[in-house]
Amino acid sequence: MMAILTIAELKGDELKKVSKELLAAARGLGGEVIALLINGNDTHAKELLAAGADVVVKNTLAEYSPQGVANIAAEIAQKKGAKLALAPHSVQGRDYAGRLAVKLGGALVADVVSVKGSESAVEVKKPVYSGKAYANIKVQSPAVITVRPNSQELVTHSGSKVEDGGASAGEVKSVLKDLELTGGTKVQLTDASVVVSGGRGIKGPENWPILQELCDVVGAALGASRAAVDAGWIPHAHQVGQTGKTVSPNCYVACGISGAIQHLAGMGSSKVIVAINKDPEAPIFKVATYGVVDDLFTVVPALTAEFKKVLG
Amino acid sequence: MNIFVLVKQVPDTETRIKTKETGIDETGIKWIVSPFDEHALEEALRQKEKNGATVTALSLGPERCVEALRTAYALGVDKAVLLKDDSYNVFDVAYAAAAIAKYLQSAGADVILAGHIAIDSQSSMTPAMIAEHLGCANINNAIELSIEGGSVKVKREVEGGSGVMSSATPVVITASKGLNDPRYPSLKGIMASKKKQIESVDVASLGVSAPKVALASMEPPPPRPPGRIIEGDSPETKARELVKALREEAKVI
Ligand SMILES: Cc1cc2nc3c(=O)[nH]c(=O)nc-3n(C[C@H](O)[C@H](O)[C@H](O)COP(=O)(O)OP(=O)(O)OC[C@H]3O[C@@H](n4cnc5c(N)ncnc54)[C@H](O)[C@@H]3O)c2cc1C
Repeated sequence: MMAILTIAELKGDELKKVSKELLAAARGLGGEVIALLINGNDTHAKELLAAGADVVVKNTLAEYSPQGVANIAAEIAQKKGAKLALAPHSVQGRDYAGRLAVKLGGALVADVVSVKGSESAVEVKKPVYSGKAYANIKVQSPAVITVRPNSQELVTHSGSKVEDGGASAGEVKSVLKDLELTGGTKVQLTDASVVVSGGRGIKGPENWPILQELCDVVGAALGASRAAVDAGWIPHAHQVGQTGKTVSPNCYVACGISGAIQHLAGMGSSKVIVAINKDPEAPIFKVATYGVVDDLFTVVPALTAEFKKVLG
Repeated sequence: MNIFVLVKQVPDTETRIKTKETGIDETGIKWIVSPFDEHALEEALRQKEKNGATVTALSLGPERCVEALRTAYALGVDKAVLLKDDSYNVFDVAYAAAAIAKYLQSAGADVILAGHIAIDSQSSMTPAMIAEHLGCANINNAIELSIEGGSVKVKREVEGGSGVMSSATPVVITASKGLNDPRYPSLKGIMASKKKQIESVDVASLGVSAPKVALASMEPPPPRPPGRIIEGDSPETKARELVKALREEAKVI
């Protein structure tokens, strides 16, 4: 039986949900599923075993670098005979997945939303051309595939093996230093399951608290259109779209956003889209699951109050 | 110092994409330089203005990509090279990276700049793969770059903030939007670019044997389930109705 390697990712002390989504995708391909856990603890290992891993391989890495992760993952893949590796299509995944593919002498397909077939011949689907089309791509192993967060349904499983990897970071030309994290405990955009975004319709930076309050009540991340970013109302890190972040939450709430194609490019694969816009002709309504034609300054506070009520 | 900028030619964002079984219908498409590559070009030109450098724009693709290289000339690059591949599959990242790396190996590149993602294949992987082939560092999502002597210092985006990575050259760096504001080509630059020489290298002559991925089919985006306008006589009733729909019907919150 062939093996598939997945690479888990942590955020602070927590296992990212995408780490479990990779396992769900891997289980669908048959083969033994091995999760590489870098700098994680026993709780993370247990979570991975319950979400699809047959084996968890723990490894340490003193300083983060794309090369370090790729070197460790390649060594584990070789030891385990894994010719296929799945990694998150996250900022980090994009750092090292390409390097890993070269190390495995393999192909690479990035940002896929569906994974089918077997571990030796995989067929994936991915959005291309700013989400205006989807490509179905056939990949022969060896290969590395990065998977878009929030694109897979989780599975349950009962693996039990935890091993020490003992792989080395090898020769590394540059490491990440001087981390400066902003936004503190706030939910991160790219793996949020709910995103509330504001556009030019929010009128000015003084009105973000109206959206932030809704975010706090439902545990959402705050996003923005490029118009709001270019106006200087909010840092670029919040921008969703073709020249911003790609998000794929269960629920995307667009407040005062017209729905330009470049904005849709970043949120068009969200499961449910809610549009709050006072213009009934706004293009966002063409993709919205639920539309509210009204002034966001009255609807959003009412929504926050209602959620407070039902979520207690 | 030799700076190479990877310039990918992609359909204009506003272009209507019509899918065919094996790709997109290219008739009527307006081709542009991928937006993030513009940030890479801008940064190369600024570094040249500051420290002196030879800036070469490099593109991989069919003959029409010379237009993207003319745009690079119009902005002020010194040289342009097309790695010509008429049957280029824009989704075959490993193949493109292997070919570009093969060319760069003997080109004496010190700094290789690229956009952090191309808006056609939406992969954002080619630069890191090139770095692995060259055995050098890759630093993604740069928002500040300084080059001094044989080393670079890059402030980059990470999830939830930023961090710093430094490296000796050669190094592969990708540009995020925050790095700079790209300039527009001058009329004089555009006129001059028409006469500039573009070196053309047949990709087949590079002898690349990288794995290939096959495009099985293309399709329009999956249809979204029909939407519903939430009616109500006040913002409060609409809010109540929406919360009910999100919790009981869609079950997403
Ligand atoms: C190369 C390129 C890349 C781009 N990348 C991106 C990107 O990454 N992300 C992005 O978002 N855009 C991007 N754009 C810009 C995009 O084309 C649009 O200009 C932008 O998305 C518009 O933002 P908006 O919807 O907030 O503003 P507008 O289009 O001005 O829309 C504002 C909306 O708010 C509504 N509104 C106003 N007041 C209220 C109110 N009180 N209550 C309710 N509704 C109200 C209006 O009816 C309108 O629909 C890009 C453009 C280009 C050319």
